[in-house]
Amino acid sequence: MSTNGTDNGKETGTFLVKAGLAQMLKGGVIMDVVTAEQAKIAEDAGACSVMALERVPADIRADGGVARMSDPAMIEAIMRAVTIPVMAKVRIGHFVEAKILEAIGIDYIDESEVLTPADEEHHVWKHDFKVPFVCGCRDLGEALRRIGEGAAMIRTKGEAGTGDVVEAVRHMRTVMKQIRRVQLMGDDELTAYGKEIGASLDLLRETKRLGRLPVVNFAAGGVATPADAALMMHLGADGVFVGSGIFKSGDPSERGKAIVKAVTHYDDPEAIAEASKGLGEPMVGISARSLAPGQELATRGW
Amino acid sequence: MRVPLLRGRSWLPEAGEVRPNDEVTATATVGVLALQGDFQEHCTALRGLGVSVTEVRRADQLDAIDALIIPGGESTSMAKLMDAYGMRVPLQTFAASGRPTWGTCAGLILLASRLAEDRPEPLGLMDIAVQRDGFGRQVDSFETELDIAGVQGGPVHAVFIRAPLILETGSDVQTLASLADGTAVVVRQGHLLASAFHPELTGDARMHRYFVEMLPVGASP
Repeated sequence: MSTNGTDNGKETGTFLVKAGLAQMLKGGVIMDVVTAEQAKIAEDAGACSVMALERVPADIRADGGVARMSDPAMIEAIMRAVTIPVMAKVRIGHFVEAKILEAIGIDYIDESEVLTPADEEHHVWKHDFKVPFVCGCRDLGEALRRIGEGAAMIRTKGEAGTGDVVEAVRHMRTVMKQIRRVQLMGDDELTAYGKEIGASLDLLRETKRLGRLPVVNFAAGGVATPADAALMMHLGADGVFVGSGIFKSGDPSERGKAIVKAVTHYDDPEAIAEASKGLGEPMVGISARSLAPGQELATRGW
Repeated sequence: MRVPLLRGRSWLPEAGEVRPNDEVTATATVGVLALQGDFQEHCTALRGLGVSVTEVRRADQLDAIDALIIPGGESTSMAKLMDAYGMRVPLQTFAASGRPTWGTCAGLILLASRLAEDRPEPLGLMDIAVQRDGFGRQVDSFETELDIAGVQGGPVHAVFIRAPLILETGSDVQTLASLADGTAVVVRQGHLLASAFHPELTGDARMHRYFVEMLPVGASP
């Protein structure tokens, strides 16, 4: 079965066009928004895309209960409000929520651990969709399993809704360290390593050849300041998701602009210093270390 | 079912794509606007041709380059960053100096003089009217084969991602490639070049070669 189409010599829904959109987002910031007004503020601040959802992760964390895909009418209102691509989240494994988002013409789907998983064994088989998916990872094995299922973009999981960047750093460091190890391995070692980390040999060889993940890799989960965003770029991120960090802060518009500037000029400390001045209150943080085992979102997904 | 993993075409160039140097490419420096988007892929394609490359993030860096590429990305974000960092007028001045300037996808939108919507504000350099996302949303993005006038060696495999649609071209604008239905997708107006697709994503540097050959022979910084 395939949803890829051909019309007048045009092929749609191919992996190249799905992974290609992520290429266009690189060097940019993707911001969580809950209303059309917030989406416009994000677009004006220079966001390259917005993530439309009913509650930002910090509120999902505070409210508890089951977190599901957002109301399609609310997502459509955000799609009408901005010209940049719009993403939305589905529960892990919930391929019907994904079909709904595809039906309303969403640009990217985040199969996200921030929502309550619908399937504790399987993720969505993403090759069956014309719309591209982004998925979270904590290490190379998890990233390559998601790419094997059809994810056209990867992000670190970090620990969403905390404002604590430590887990995003851990996940990005882990992926990069494992890629460097893979580059030194022979095929026999790659086979054994693939077994160890649960990744396919084909994708490991592709990773070795490229010296990076075979798709675009963003940082996510706990980024709250321009400095956090620039730190993730230095560690190898192609761009940054900011969830609760912007609209849970004192001045979302200025903080949004500052984080965008810090991502473009991540290698220019003076520019980041300038961007960091007078931003007002950041979001209230929760130390990721203080979370009880059941409160960690990053451990969702398999 | 065949799983379309990553065999075959990838957005990163295949090994062995490096092309020979020549007199022009050996002396020129090409800048790639690096505010946002897939500027890295353009840099890789240019380096494969033996060209010196500068990532341009500040207006003063425009003084040291012979030609400029405005890459794919989000045109709204790029236009806002251009204004926020004071680069709009320097970019217009650069293009007015006659140095070759090429926009791909978002870059084509920014080169245009007229857009169907009221935002973003383009640079207004090329006599073309453009509709952003003119082929539809992401689910309508597509790949196809394209014959391009002046590009030798058979059709180019072209990737269109939320691509802009060229609605009108002025009398000085030459169409170098069109889709089967006649829609212009590569256009040139003197030293200005624009393509609605992404030659930087397929590891085929022939469009980059075409662009570099727009430089006058003997150009040097």
